[in-house]
Formats: sequence, structure tokens, C-alpha cells
Amino acid sequence: MSGVRRRDVLKGTALALVTTTAARAGVVAGQLPWRPDAGSPPAEVSAGSWSFFTPAEAAMVEALADRIVPPDEHTPGGKEAGCAVFIDRQLAGPYGRFEGLYTRPPFIKGSKQQGPQSAQTPADLYRQSLAALDRHCRGAPDGKPFAQLAAVRQDEILQGLESGTVHLESVEGNMFFEALLKDMQQGFFADPIYGGNRDMCAWKMIGFPGTRYDYRDWVSRHNERYPYPPVGIAGRPDWTPKKS
Amino acid sequence: MVRKLPAKDVVIVGLGWTGCIMANELTDEGLDVMAIERGPWRDTATDYPPSYAPDELRYRIRHDLFLRPEQTTFTFRNEMSQTALPIRTWGAFMPPNGVGGGGVHWNGETWRFAPSDFVLRTHLTQRYGSRFLPADMTIQDWGVTYAELEPHYDKFEYLCGTCGTAGNLQGRIQEGGNPFEGPRSRPYPNAAQPQPFSHTLFAKAAAELGYKPFPQPSGNMSRAYQNPLGVRLGPCTYCGFCEWFGCGNYAKASPQTTILPTLVRKANFTARDNCEVTRINTDASGKRATGVMFVDTEGNEWEQPAQLVILSAYTIFNVQLLLLSGIGKPYDPIANTGVIGRNFTHQTISDVVSFFDPAKFIFNPFIASGSIGMCIDEFNADNFDHGPHGFVGGGYMGQVQTNGRPIETTPVPPGTPRWGARWKEAVRNNYQSALKPGTGVHGSMYSYRDVYLDLDPTYRDRFGRPLLRVTMDFHENELKQNAFLTDRFAEIFQAMGAQQIVKEYRKGPYDITAYQTTHLCGGAVMGADPNTSAINRYLQSWDVPNLFVMGASGFPQNAGYNPTGTLAALAYWSAAQIRGRYLKAPGPLIDA
Repeated sequence: MSGVRRRDVLKGTALALVTTTAARAGVVAGQLPWRPDAGSPPAEVSAGSWSFFTPAEAAMVEALADRIVPPDEHTPGGKEAGCAVFIDRQLAGPYGRFEGLYTRPPFIKGSKQQGPQSAQTPADLYRQSLAALDRHCRGAPDGKPFAQLAAVRQDEILQGLESGTVHLESVEGNMFFEALLKDMQQGFFADPIYGGNRDMCAWKMIGFPGTRYDYRDWVSRHNERYPYPPVGIAGRPDWTPKKS
Repeated sequence: MVRKLPAKDVVIVGLGWTGCIMANELTDEGLDVMAIERGPWRDTATDYPPSYAPDELRYRIRHDLFLRPEQTTFTFRNEMSQTALPIRTWGAFMPPNGVGGGGVHWNGETWRFAPSDFVLRTHLTQRYGSRFLPADMTIQDWGVTYAELEPHYDKFEYLCGTCGTAGNLQGRIQEGGNPFEGPRSRPYPNAAQPQPFSHTLFAKAAAELGYKPFPQPSGNMSRAYQNPLGVRLGPCTYCGFCEWFGCGNYAKASPQTTILPTLVRKANFTARDNCEVTRINTDASGKRATGVMFVDTEGNEWEQPAQLVILSAYTIFNVQLLLLSGIGKPYDPIANTGVIGRNFTHQTISDVVSFFDPAKFIFNPFIASGSIGMCIDEFNADNFDHGPHGFVGGGYMGQVQTNGRPIETTPVPPGTPRWGARWKEAVRNNYQSALKPGTGVHGSMYSYRDVYLDLDPTYRDRFGRPLLRVTMDFHENELKQNAFLTDRFAEIFQAMGAQQIVKEYRKGPYDITAYQTTHLCGGAVMGADPNTSAINRYLQSWDVPNLFVMGASGFPQNAGYNPTGTLAALAYWSAAQIRGRYLKAPGPLIDA
């Protein structure tokens, strides 16, 4: 009697996180298990309608994106860079539902050093926190939704969530803030195929060449600015013929 | 229903570095070898080709190459009085998954431990007296010496094409190398890699302070290389996507680029991937392993009988399988008895982030390889007099900057807000002129009576088996060591001309969410005494002589170096004993 439960094993096989090919047990003997075109390239996020956010939620997240990564004279802000699109697609995918993580109970709050123990998925955290933030804004004297507030007022609310002085009803505002900050900045800097960093604007801002992958002729050139523009996994916009 | 497979001479549990080394050595001996690997087969062209390997979100942030905690994880607490809670998403270390194991996603840092590391308790007691060591420190000698391991270190370095500058050739100190290293029988197979700007600045400043900087020994190739098995590696391109990633250039030493192309063609070798070994079977006496049980992805349970069992999973899974299989006496920290789970350690690392004048310094931090770097070893092992400092142990330190990937490596000066216009401006202004080494200070962690592994009473894996429970905290000795080393490290960045320096000391309590290398060690340690070790000096189980346990789980405590060189050398050392002695007369190689 081994105690191994078949149903649980099957549940544990849906392990593909970004990849789409499900792992299956196999035997390898005699030669490398080579199959042409057997890779698992990432799927490029498609433009267009929201996958996870409602239009009202999306307006809030885009407003938040422009406060966390404000536009300036050099570089677009988080909204134009696509940070909200990035978060939308991430929340609609494996990240949003804790796929691949250990989610067995009991969920007990422990010490900070023991790490997050919440049963609430990122998708639920965003849905509930955005609703609570909306109620918070509408309940204020001016009663405007977050997206219509002045930037100064938006910053005050964000600062309050960060420091814990702004409380949201029935959600942990600080936990939401930390997730938002992390996801927003990841979206700003991740490869553009994931929806943010549009036209590699974040990479251009800092001088990161992206996926060029070969600097053999540059490793010994010291204190010289690398001159070539960035490249992403999907290439560069000027490599792709414009659609008429 | 359990399906029983035809018996094999050898079954290998886990096909990473040590599993591949053992498989190659034992198939050379003519044995019929079956390797069982929990994760998928991995290869360069299918899993991390250059077209999509450089993807920070997928591999670094979402952990694409690693084990999924949903498959199995651990529980963690700092102290025995706490309730351990599960690690729900990885943090402090990254359990590997799949063929090649940690050899796929490592940086390629290929160190040897210092000769004194292997006789640690004897050496420290002789130099400082036994009262210098904390009472609850449980360090011990390994039972094997540097001199005995030297040929095996050499063999692994030539397998990998390790790039470096020798510091001690047969006792003669060499200019430009590490003068503190143990004597090596011949030079590295390849010259050290060329160094980017910031690394050369670090070396210059260190030399001016009187240290002896040297290039870190690297498994990233400085040129194309064909190893003794006939497998070829390509030159490293300094892509800056090394640790956490697979190499798309065949330029990082890994089982895939050094052993597997040869191994897999041998008629007496078979591998099963996506199959998880659930226990090691023993006969009624409990003194003989009869093979292993494993489960495939369909949930089918199989028995693989074998004459010889090689346990070569990741450190912590070796310990878990021994406990779940009832092999060896579980460690009890209260009674101070038993061995399985004893002397568990990690690494004591810290960093210094420094900010230089953006008008004068362009570092191009994205031009990097995994183990590129200039290091000093003055403060490692017992290379300096610990007497005045009141701690033991140490580490190497260096400007080992492995990447400029922007999610991870966009440091901003202290006082900068975490978001908003000022944050954005600080990121833009400092990206090219800030330095953030990967693991700047790489210190030892010695073993203690209350740092250990056992089975969790509450949380279970998908098979219903108890998770392994980690009880771990830093002790004062390591925190003092780290404060001293971090201060010395920061002095070098000061001498380089940094405008601002942030010392990120390692502080307690040990935090399971903060990445601190994947160098878990111990839990099934080697030694000369069966009362304080799980395996003898040949890595053979004291209790079950036809079971050999590979890997860093055998380290009685962790040194101030990366573990791969040493665990690979131990695998070759053990394989040589199996080939030369054990197979002629299977049984204990040392009488308990």
C-alpha cells in the first residue's frame, strides 16, 4: 500500500506554467529524444479588449499605472507603456490563479520570514481591492472615481496604501499596493511580448539592449556606451512591415 | 496496482550533475543503468534556444525551469517552538527540476573547497582551541581530504572546460590566481574569461588595498572546448541571462553540454523522465535496498528493482527520501541522537550596492556571464587569523555581476521613493553607473544542533506524503562573520570611487522569502562515525551498503565557496571506489 492517490497525481500533472505542452512520462534510450520544432516559445499577448479587467477596473489600473510610472519628457508613462495590459493578461493566466504553487490548507498566518500564506489568488486580490478602492474614492467628499481624481490626490491615496494609513474595506490595502507595485514594474521592464514595455520604451530609457545575446566584441570595451538599440523576443517594430 | 519492471544493475534517482556522473562512470564499467528523473527531459534547442531563452519574466520571475511547489515543497520555521508553514512560492532557494538538475540553471561558478574545510573541526580546534567554537556548533571533519579529492576535482574541471587562472600549481604559487587555493595538479583547461569594466576596476582597487584578486573559476566558456568525452561546448557570448536560465549557446557547462550526448547513446543506459521516485525499497532485514518505487504522470505506480541504488536528487530531497524510506536513524535535536536531517546548512551571503558618478562611469551591466567576476579569498576559510574577531568561517567576495536584467537589476540610491517620477528618474540615471554583484559576499554557514530537517506533522504533498520540515536560523557566529566580511567588501567599492554605498548585511532571522543561493547542504552527512554521519567517506550508507547518497546533502557543514565543484568531485571519488572496490565485493567499504 503506497498511499499514492491517482486523482491527486493527475491534478499535479497540469504543470505547464507559461508553456503549453503538458509533461508526460517517457523513456529515453539510445539517442537524444530529438523532435524537430519541439520547443515551447512564449505566446505573444494580443492587443485589444481586456481579458480580466472590466472597463471600469481597467480605467483605474491605467490611472494607477501613470502614477507608479508617470509619463515624462523622455519616456511614456505606465498607461501608454501597456502596464495595465500586462497585468490584465497576467491575471487572466497562470499567475492570476496561483498555478503551480502550493495551495493546500491549512492557511495560517505566520511570521514575515515564513512567507505569504494567503489563500487569496492575485486575481481575487485585484478584483476585491479595486472594488474596495473604488468605494473608498466614491465615499470621499468629492466622490469621484480614482481615475478622475487629480494626480496629487491619486498619489496621496497610493502613499496611504503604501504606508498603511489608507484603509480599504475588507481587503488588505498594503498587500494590494505591494502586488500592484511589483506587477506594474515587472510589466514596465518585461519583454514587450507580454503587453507592457511597449516599443521597448523602458529598455530605451535605461539603455538595456534586450535580447541581443552576444556581446563578445563588447566585453573588453570599457566605459563606452553600447550603441545599438534594443531587440525583443519578437524583434523590433521596424523589422515588421507596417500594415496598410 | 504496482507494475514491476525487469531488474537493473543500478537505479539512479535524479539525473542532475551527480546522477549523470555516476551513470557515465557505471555504464563505463559495463553495468546496466536506469536513471529516473522527476522532471522533464531538457535540451538546449527545445527548452532554451537563443530565440526565447532571454526572457526575464518567464525564467527569472515565474521560475519556468524549476520545480513547481504544487508538486512538492517544504515547510519552514526559524525555531523549534514555532509551527512550520509551507513554502507556497519559492524564495530563499530554487529547487531544480528536470534532466540536468541545477546544472541547467546555475551560474557555472566552479570552486574547490579549501584543504582546511575538509578537516574543519580538527583544524580549528588545533589553531584556536576547542573553547573558541560555540557549544552548539556541530561541525565535523568530512572523512575525506583535499588531497584525496584533487584528482576528482581535476576530472570535473576538464569535463566542464572550467575557465580560470591557477593560483597554486603543485605547491607553487602562481601570479594572477588564487594564492590560497589548495595545490592543483595542472592548470585549468581554459583561460579565464575577459572581464567587463566594473570587474577590472574592482580588481585594481583590491590590489591597491593589498589583496590578491583573481578571476572566478567559471563554467562559462572563454572559447570553444571539446571535453575528454568528445562533447563540445561553444564560446560564451556574455548574454547576461545565465543563472535561472538555460544557456542557448551550449556555452555553460551542464550535463547537457558535457555528458548526456555521450551517455544517452550507450546501450546500457536508459532514462525515465517525468517519473517521481516515492521510496527506496529495502528487504525484510532493512539492510539491503531492493530498488525503488516511482509514479509516472498517469498516476501509475512502478517498481524498479536494482542491485545498487544511487540517490542523487537535490540535497533536501535526498534527506526526504531517506526519511520516507525508513533508512538511517532520524535526527532528534533534543536527545541529540540520530543522523538523517542532522547538520543542515545553507550559505551566509550579503551584498554591497554602490553608486558611481553617471557622468564618468558606463558599466554596461548587461554584458555579463554567470560566473564572470574578480574575487578575493583573503577572508575565506581559515585564510586569516580569526582569533581577534570571535567567529569562525568566512567567504570569498567579489564583483561578480551576472546581469543587468531590468526587473531584477535597476538599483536606485537610498532615499529614493519606490515609485513615481523620482523613482523613474533615479532608475534612468543610475542603471549604467550602479553596481550590484550577484552574491558579493559568499560566506560559509556552519552546522548547529537546532538547525535540521525532519518530516512535517501537518502538511502533505500530492501523494499524501509528509513534506520535509526545515528548522533554520542564523547563529551569532555567522552574523558576526557577515558583518566583518561585508565591511571589508564595502571598503573595496569605496576605493573604486563610489559616491554612495549601501551595505546589505545579512541579518537574522533567516528569511525563507529572500533568495540566498540554492546551496542547501547537509542532512545526510558524510563522516567517520556512524553516530554522527549518514554515509561513510565513500558516500555509502552506513545502514544500507548498496545505497550511495550523492550531493551536497553529504556536506557536514557548508564552506565559503559554491558547492558544485565539490559535490561533483565527491561523485567521481565515490564512483572510483564503487568501480575499484565495491563491485568486486559488494558490501560495506568501511566496517562500522
